[in-house]
Amino acid sequence: MTTTTAFGTYGGRYVPETLIPALDELDQGWRDALADDTFHAELHALLTNYAGRPTPLTLSTRFAPGKRIYLKREDLLHTGAHKLNNALGQIVLAQRLGKRRIVAETGAGQHGVATATVCAKFGLECVVYMGEEDIRRQKPNVERMGLLGAEVRPVDFGTKTLKEATSEAIRDWITNVETTHYLIGSCVGPAPYPEIVAELQSVIGREAREQHLAAEGRLPEVVIAAVGGGSNAIGMFHGFLDDAAVRLVGVEAAGAASLGSGRTGVLHGARSSVLADEDGQITDAHSISAGLDYPGVGPEHAFLRDEGRATYVGATDEEALRAFRDLARTEGIIPALEPAHALARARELDAELILVCLSGRGDKDLAEALSGLEKLA
Amino acid sequence: MKKLVIYLMADPETPELARAAVDGGADMIEFGFPFSDPLADGPVVRRAGERALSRGMRTRQCLDVLRQTHELVPDTPLVPMTYSSLLEAYGWERFADDVQTAGGASMIIVDLPSDERPETRRVHLVAPTSTDERIALAGASTDGWLYLVTVTGTTGARGEVSSALPGLVERARRLVSVPLYAGFGISTPEHARSVAALADGIVVGSRALEVAEEGPDALRTYVASLRLALDTEAAVTG
Repeated sequence: MTTTTAFGTYGGRYVPETLIPALDELDQGWRDALADDTFHAELHALLTNYAGRPTPLTLSTRFAPGKRIYLKREDLLHTGAHKLNNALGQIVLAQRLGKRRIVAETGAGQHGVATATVCAKFGLECVVYMGEEDIRRQKPNVERMGLLGAEVRPVDFGTKTLKEATSEAIRDWITNVETTHYLIGSCVGPAPYPEIVAELQSVIGREAREQHLAAEGRLPEVVIAAVGGGSNAIGMFHGFLDDAAVRLVGVEAAGAASLGSGRTGVLHGARSSVLADEDGQITDAHSISAGLDYPGVGPEHAFLRDEGRATYVGATDEEALRAFRDLARTEGIIPALEPAHALARARELDAELILVCLSGRGDKDLAEALSGLEKLA
Repeated sequence: MKKLVIYLMADPETPELARAAVDGGADMIEFGFPFSDPLADGPVVRRAGERALSRGMRTRQCLDVLRQTHELVPDTPLVPMTYSSLLEAYGWERFADDVQTAGGASMIIVDLPSDERPETRRVHLVAPTSTDERIALAGASTDGWLYLVTVTGTTGARGEVSSALPGLVERARRLVSVPLYAGFGISTPEHARSVAALADGIVVGSRALEVAEEGPDALRTYVASLRLALDTEAAVTG
């Protein structure tokens, strides 16, 4: 039998023994922090005074005529994406655990930038693993990390994207576990990481729910967010899990649909839905969006899918590119390519009142998106 | 006598290489079933796995090669070493059954710590970071012997034997009664001798894979050099 976890049979700690004591320590440190008012106060102050929370909720009417689409503006958060919510929370936790060195993986570079940012602020050593393919297509973020004082280590084997960067970050952690905190960027990995990241990102959903109620006097019909590893979506969904009438929709990249076309497997320390062949070998994901180009997904999403609480659909590169361009032209907002996937599906939904997580801004994607749009024309 | 365990990646050449290793003095073969994302492995084992996968070495093919190897060296225990994802896909019980049918002796699942799936019979691993409680748990449930990971790190040759090993052996001796075989980072006869002074056996992986690239004769010679070092150590310590 499979050990039962908070997410049914998904999740767990499928990692080498070397890491187990560190995961136990992390788990204990996390429980202590959650029960400690000073942790919450410190994090709240950072989110407010440093990161810029609460982020606004913007009504868009021109992007999808006939619908009222609210955008939760995580693109306006410091560093330009929701990733900072998690990085700030984990850096405060790492301080409590006495860790002086931080390792992280990054795909689109947003989590790498968020991690480099908090390490600069707290004076900690920072190493970020990034696939060579992502270094190529997310160059501005590589330069930002360097400026912030982080060391970006290229990963030049396998897919040369987020999957391999994550494996290398975990290998680094295995080797330096006594001094190092692994600041994972999504709700993936061994327990308790998926739970920690979901809790730290749930500020998105809590704020959005309140803001939406204030604006409309009622809840949205649909809450929709892009899903790679799934952290902005899980943060958004957590605000609405108990609102049974609110539909929760996750949008995966069509070529990286771990939930839509995956199977149960084990990747990066957790049992979840993954892109794998019939032998359990992880297969390559493909997406124009580096942040969604990942063959795994957080175990809680697999659980929500099986429970029927959330549904997961796909959007192609082309659909995301069109939504990227259209939001820029109709609302004056350049989204990241990741939330552009959610926008692409949002405008086709059979609902009028829709809440979209605009998880990040698109500056990092300009080169990739403009060349992609040229090919469409 | 100290035990010598040699790691080989499942490949069409493995039966022949295993026989060379046994001729050189190996007591046991660890038999790698490649996985696309081997978190516990350094570059040498990872690359060997990538190559095996590119040659089509999936679970069924690995089992076939395991059977062929067993036919060639029937008296040498063959211990498959792999990752959870393969068992998840193949079926946990079916995997264990088919390994046994093919002539495998237990198995090692690198990313399955002792407290996950206790019903899956296997050789457990402990590391320098393991608490006494976890060493005792692993020792009580392990299948025949306990794998001591000598370093806080991934597989791969290192210049020196880990300074963490004596402390780990001392704790394991106090807490468990099964034989202790040490692996990770052991590559030279000098390493073999110094580790064998502490543990009941050694596991050599990355360096053996590199030598195996040069063919069975090179592997036999290399394994014989390790064997000699272990036997010399045994003669010294009695």
